[in-house]
Amino acid sequence: MLSRVADNLYWMSRYLERAEHTARLVDVELQLWLDQSPEAGAGRWRFLLEALRTPAPSEHVDPASLVNTLVFSRANHSSIVSCISIARENLRHVREQCSSEMWEQLNRLYLEVMENQPEDSWILKSHSFFRAVQEGAHLFQGITDSTMSHGEGWQYIQLGRYVERAETMASLTGTHFKRMALAPDQAVESAEYLEWVGLLRGCGAFEAYCKAYTAEIVPLRAAEFLLLNPDFPHSVRFAVDRVNAALHVIGDLTERKAKLPVRIAGRLRAQLSFSQIEEILAGGAHGYLENVRAECGEIHSAIQQIYFDYPVESEMAS
Amino acid sequence: MGSFKEISIHHASGHSAAVPPAGLPTPARKPVLATAAIPARDLAYSSFVNYQLDKTTLAYDEMFESPGVPRPHYRALHQTLLGLPPEELRKSQQAADLSFLHEGITFTVYGNKEGTERIFPNDLVPRIILAKEWAQIEQGLTQRITALNLFLKDIYNEGKILNDGIVPRELIYSCRHFRREMRGLSVPRDIYVNICGTDLVRLPDGSFAVLEDNLRVPSGVSYMLANRKVLKRVFPTMFQDYGVWPIDHYPQALLATLRSMAPANCPLRSDPTVTLLTPGVGNSAYFEHTFLAQQMGIELVEGRDLLVHNNVVYMRTTSGLRRVDVIYRRVDDDFVDPLCFRRDSILGVPGLFNAYRAGNVTLANAIGTGVADDKAVYAYVPEIIRYYLDQDPILQNVQTFLMTNDKQRKHVLAHLDTMVVKAVGESGGYGMLIGPHSSAIQREAFGARIQADPRNYIAQPTLALSSAPCLIDGEVQSRHIDLRPYILFGEKVTLVPGGLTRVALPKGSLVVNSSQGGGSKDTWVLRETKKGELRGANGAGFETFVAPADTPADAPV
Repeated sequence: MLSRVADNLYWMSRYLERAEHTARLVDVELQLWLDQSPEAGAGRWRFLLEALRTPAPSEHVDPASLVNTLVFSRANHSSIVSCISIARENLRHVREQCSSEMWEQLNRLYLEVMENQPEDSWILKSHSFFRAVQEGAHLFQGITDSTMSHGEGWQYIQLGRYVERAETMASLTGTHFKRMALAPDQAVESAEYLEWVGLLRGCGAFEAYCKAYTAEIVPLRAAEFLLLNPDFPHSVRFAVDRVNAALHVIGDLTERKAKLPVRIAGRLRAQLSFSQIEEILAGGAHGYLENVRAECGEIHSAIQQIYFDYPVESEMAS
Repeated sequence: MGSFKEISIHHASGHSAAVPPAGLPTPARKPVLATAAIPARDLAYSSFVNYQLDKTTLAYDEMFESPGVPRPHYRALHQTLLGLPPEELRKSQQAADLSFLHEGITFTVYGNKEGTERIFPNDLVPRIILAKEWAQIEQGLTQRITALNLFLKDIYNEGKILNDGIVPRELIYSCRHFRREMRGLSVPRDIYVNICGTDLVRLPDGSFAVLEDNLRVPSGVSYMLANRKVLKRVFPTMFQDYGVWPIDHYPQALLATLRSMAPANCPLRSDPTVTLLTPGVGNSAYFEHTFLAQQMGIELVEGRDLLVHNNVVYMRTTSGLRRVDVIYRRVDDDFVDPLCFRRDSILGVPGLFNAYRAGNVTLANAIGTGVADDKAVYAYVPEIIRYYLDQDPILQNVQTFLMTNDKQRKHVLAHLDTMVVKAVGESGGYGMLIGPHSSAIQREAFGARIQADPRNYIAQPTLALSSAPCLIDGEVQSRHIDLRPYILFGEKVTLVPGGLTRVALPKGSLVVNSSQGGGSKDTWVLRETKKGELRGANGAGFETFVAPADTPADAPV
């Protein structure tokens, strides 16, 4: 597979994952906003921007400016509109590599998203927009799984998706732990309850959490679920497991014993597999998750270096 | 695509009771459709109310032999259209347009930042070509591509045709697309043009003539395939009645052609690595590049994906470097190699031409084929055919005046208002003057340009391109069309039965190029019937099918 093509597929997948993640979070936030006092709301907006690693647009953050930054802004490459456009552009560069159905789905999602304009009344009907983005992304993944060969190209799509997910989930939960004073093993009071529910919903994890631990929200359990659960698709561990799996398959397919990315990802995976949540919280969850983020960044650089942008001289010599 | 399911074909009630005209057999199993005469009550909502035959220019009308009387093979189609209320037609057209947009079947408009992707307007009324007409086109184009390849081989090697004075030497050497780098270089199978798109027009007498050859990087074949795909969804029943040759095998035929061009030095000649080289996503035909690469299952590469080492071309893959044997290049000569041609090109691959010269890679088409589609050289093609093949041309040329000839130039300058003047090296409808549609100022400016650089222009009498029914705002109106069949030449010559019928969408316009507001429509080549009867003439046809298994898919000549 052409390096450029692999690169495009990888980034397409990352941007689509990012769009979905942002859509989910902003949607949940706008709904929680209805349940809160204005002051508490403003605090939450800042937290949201920090979790998404986006600089606040101005001193005073209100829903309109927030939506503008996170949904419509072209200057912000991580806004939903930017993400979908870039994802589509990446796929357009490699259209012949994906199935026609995949392209059509992403193109349709793009055209649908582009029909939205930042108007005053937009927030009122925004829920359907966020749903459309999430559903569009899910549909794309389903179409990808059932229409594209699960060969090398498909593996890069998986890789991009789960590297992005591991990174964004680590960032979101890390920011949350930094902010919340923890009484880890007790059920939370009503004021904090909203925050934790917001976090779980923002990860699409509320229902899955309830099935595992009942609706009583215990921070320790929530943290364990979001970081270490091996089965929940949005947990950090799940994402890192998938990154690992994809890297192994790619290593075999390309017949490159690419030790570097596999080694870093394997180390991270072992850490998440054998850590206990009590240890992590005792050592500082925020710091731990910052470290996870940094490792994800290293995996990303290693992939670039081995598969996408290797020096030609070394190839000629071998 | 759910909307397509809702579209059905409605026949106006009452037709089934109409009496068939004398002379046509009554099909046993199908209701009989009225043919020549339009029942008076239909006129109230007939889509054809504003259909006008072009009486002033005497253009050949593809559908009607005289007002209201369709040609036999168009009768069934005519009936279907009559039965569809304008609202239905409009809805079908919208559904088709939406499908093009969703699938991203677009072309890029240059010099327009916002909305640079546009759909290529598609018209739903198919254009029908009879089996016997197609047979002549196929023979004529095969003859032409054979002769032009011999011509290219000759002028880049011995130059016999120049020595014999058939084609003036200065005409060739002054051509902008003549590449002296190609002198004495041998290409696999001695084939220079592997992929050709020739523009044909139908003259008022109903015969086809060649308007120009496109021997460099002809485009549009993906729209030919897309038009068919969309029309099958919108008018599925029409196809059953007609017996139209399929065209879906074009990508396989193209791949076979490219594979047959593997260079002598290819490590594994039975399984060469074929790639399609695109200028990138900004190119107007990018959709087509991705489409063809996908359909052929080959890598779509950009210049930056390739590199040359020791005169061997490699592509950069995730498993390391991989050797490339055949490149279907959709990049113009000028841009393929900055070391050899334009130095400012960032689309090409440094060293590619040397690898080509060393016989380590094949470029299709070869470099320098543009000399044979120069519009002044075009005037000599009938002579070229006679010279190499000792045959008379099967397809006629359009009368062409060379501006280098004093007498002809004077004649043209005196009659600019009736002429079409074209720059010899341009394509895509750029650099043209359409005399009858021009102002005195434009003609004067063009006259001056001709005087200043006579070699750069040719003139042709303004042709009455044939016209065909098209859907315009839910009505059927007549528009001018041409036809571009695609010819493949590798181990053998292959034509898929059909081509791109381009439509000049503005009323009265004679310019069909997509860059100049043209559209396109599906082109049906009808199968030969057992008894030689016409398909579509009586709305039947199932009974007279020739079993597809008995006939080769692409009927090579």
